[in-house]
Amino acid sequence: MKRLLTPLAALALVASAALPAQAEDPFIIVQSTTSTQNSGLLNYILPIFKKKSGIDVRVVAVGTGQAIKNAANGDGDVLLVHAKPAEEKFVADGQGVKRFDVMYNDFVIVGPKSDPAKVAGGKNAAAAFKAIADAKAPFASRGDDSGTHKAEKRHWKAAGVDIDKASGDWYRSTGSGMGATLNTAAGMNAYALTDRATWIAFKNKGELEIVVEGDPKLFNQYGVILVNPEKHKHVKVKEGQQFIDWLLSAEGQNAIRSFKVDGQQLFFPNAETAEKKKAG
Amino acid sequence: MLKPPELTGNGASLATSLFPLVISDLTFGSRERTLIDNLTMTLDGRGITAVMGANGAGKSLLLRLLHGLLTPTSGTINWNGQQLDDDIRARQAMVFQRPTMLRRSAADNLAFALQGLPRSKRKHRVEELITEAKLEHAALTPARLLSGGEQQRLAIARARASEPELLFLDEPAASLDPIATHAVEDFVRDIHHDGIKVILVTHDVGQAKRLADDVLFLHRGRVIEQAPAEEFFKRPTSAAARAYLDGQLAI
Amino acid sequence: MFESGSILSLAVGLVVSGDPELWSIIALSLRVSLTAVALACLIGLPLGAFLAVVKFPGRGGLVALLNAFMGLPPVVVGLFVYLALSRSGPLGVLGLLYTPTAMIIAQTILVTPLIAALARQSMADLHGEYDEFFRSLGLSTRQTIGALIWDGRYSLSTAALAGFGRAIAEVGAVIIVGGNIEHVTRVMTTAIALETSKGDLALAMALGLILIAIALLVNVAVLSLNRTAKRLAYA
Repeated sequence: MKRLLTPLAALALVASAALPAQAEDPFIIVQSTTSTQNSGLLNYILPIFKKKSGIDVRVVAVGTGQAIKNAANGDGDVLLVHAKPAEEKFVADGQGVKRFDVMYNDFVIVGPKSDPAKVAGGKNAAAAFKAIADAKAPFASRGDDSGTHKAEKRHWKAAGVDIDKASGDWYRSTGSGMGATLNTAAGMNAYALTDRATWIAFKNKGELEIVVEGDPKLFNQYGVILVNPEKHKHVKVKEGQQFIDWLLSAEGQNAIRSFKVDGQQLFFPNAETAEKKKAG
Repeated sequence: MLKPPELTGNGASLATSLFPLVISDLTFGSRERTLIDNLTMTLDGRGITAVMGANGAGKSLLLRLLHGLLTPTSGTINWNGQQLDDDIRARQAMVFQRPTMLRRSAADNLAFALQGLPRSKRKHRVEELITEAKLEHAALTPARLLSGGEQQRLAIARARASEPELLFLDEPAASLDPIATHAVEDFVRDIHHDGIKVILVTHDVGQAKRLADDVLFLHRGRVIEQAPAEEFFKRPTSAAARAYLDGQLAI
Repeated sequence: MFESGSILSLAVGLVVSGDPELWSIIALSLRVSLTAVALACLIGLPLGAFLAVVKFPGRGGLVALLNAFMGLPPVVVGLFVYLALSRSGPLGVLGLLYTPTAMIIAQTILVTPLIAALARQSMADLHGEYDEFFRSLGLSTRQTIGALIWDGRYSLSTAALAGFGRAIAEVGAVIIVGGNIEHVTRVMTTAIALETSKGDLALAMALGLILIAIALLVNVAVLSLNRTAKRLAYA
């Protein structure tokens, strides 16, 4: 048996040797959302932070709902998500230290060029959702308790549509991330609600295009929270706080501002920075 | 029942402490069928004993019961007054009708049976056994690629490796050609000359005549004849043995 | 809609260019899955052999359980390991979540039943053939298991490779316990999932083709192993 396993062990060794030396840098784990990762924002700003601080930021990108649950389990040092009510509850429950606004972008409704619900060009999200429901036009939902999903449910409520009844009919709950949901929508020419950043960076648009945008209700605020070290002793307070401070600083905010895809800015920093406070 | 010493070759002077073997009222079988039926007999430790009988007479079963691979339904087997235990089994060895060939070379098959020996001595002993089995040309050949006769010789050599006092052979030359059979028989004779008691099951009357000093004839799970070989083949006393020998000779 | 030619050329280009990012992902995939399979063999082969050799009350039930666990959904294993390794879980203090070690643990749990069940089957067949001979030699259970594993090495290698195939191809477990963290726990399957969710289907497919190539290599290895075994009459 030993002789049988030797080649296996050797292979494993070779494989590990082939890896670049494991970074011994200090690191933090950030529970974040798919939109920040899929859009490429984090890949853009994190190396800038690393260069300055020497801290490795390890991002676990899941839906906002799951990110908050993971953080509540203590499986992360910092939470960077976009569902303000849920974030405030997270802090109120004592799981997080304090919540800060970081940046915003907006949601858009995308749909097929044929536009069966005749909503293209509209500026009212609730009216568009009502029209989609009336036309029974296919709609692909995240269905994963993410920030986008929570926002979507608010719009259905505002439109007065009981979405549970339509589920499986024209309303398709994919139970997956933003990208996967957009792939589904592109595949079945369905409408979908997406954050603009993911949409712009998304490469498999198919027949889809933006049909509704510009409603103030489509505003999408991102917040950052340090996981409470009183609940979870292992939380790397110093490094985590350093990352949050940097995100909220003029330098971090500028980094967010300068991230562009196809010449378009995807996220709009709006932290209450020290500089802004002084200026204000 | 004891044979004259001159018939048994030099094996006679080395009667082992396993013997006499005393079997009383040995029974083995299921509720539906009794395969060994109240078998009683005594056997001494000299010579080569051939166990003969028609198919289903219980020959292979008897060997397995004696070697402890099967547990009797009732009755006793006594080796010089002792019940079979691990120690007694370690002093026996058995070669099966279709010998088990490990998926290793011929030499490694022998080394496997020598696990008790220190490594330094093992290699030398393997070489000895290879020579005895006349397998010098095939020591490194995968055992399962050897011919039938070579496999039998390897199996017998491997059984010898543990230096048993008693060797059971279950039809060692079944389905071998005459030359291979001859080689196996020579090997068995050599082993016996080294002082090892041999009990072999065989269907081949010629082989029994060539090898055996005495014969046990089994019929329907009982020993119905036990006699020196010469006597048995000349004057079988039971009707069953006569019929068996006639049938064999007629073929 | 998709040009398969361009996907293929992208895949080939990625490999040929020796993109360090890609190679570190492949290396991590191999490291995690090979280590997991090695551990699973250390546990699964003796366990399978033990179940084939030793009779005890409840053995049938255990074998049935093992066979059922062969098809354990990776997500369930991932969730189970997450709950154990989470800071709020019983092993949280170890701080293993979102590390390659966590992924190795999950994949080990995933493939051990598969390897043990396959090993049990081939060991049972071999044991049927060897049993009387081994008992004649008076071998202990340990010696029996050792000899069976050695003599069944070719069929057991096939079991190990089947385990490797399952480990290298699964995404459900590693994405939950590894977190798909760039440069730390991103392996081929989670990278494919990520590129797919970005809608970058060409890149996802290119990674997929590389994964298929590795799977193909493994199968060729199994095939040639079996051929060697047959040639030596060791099968």
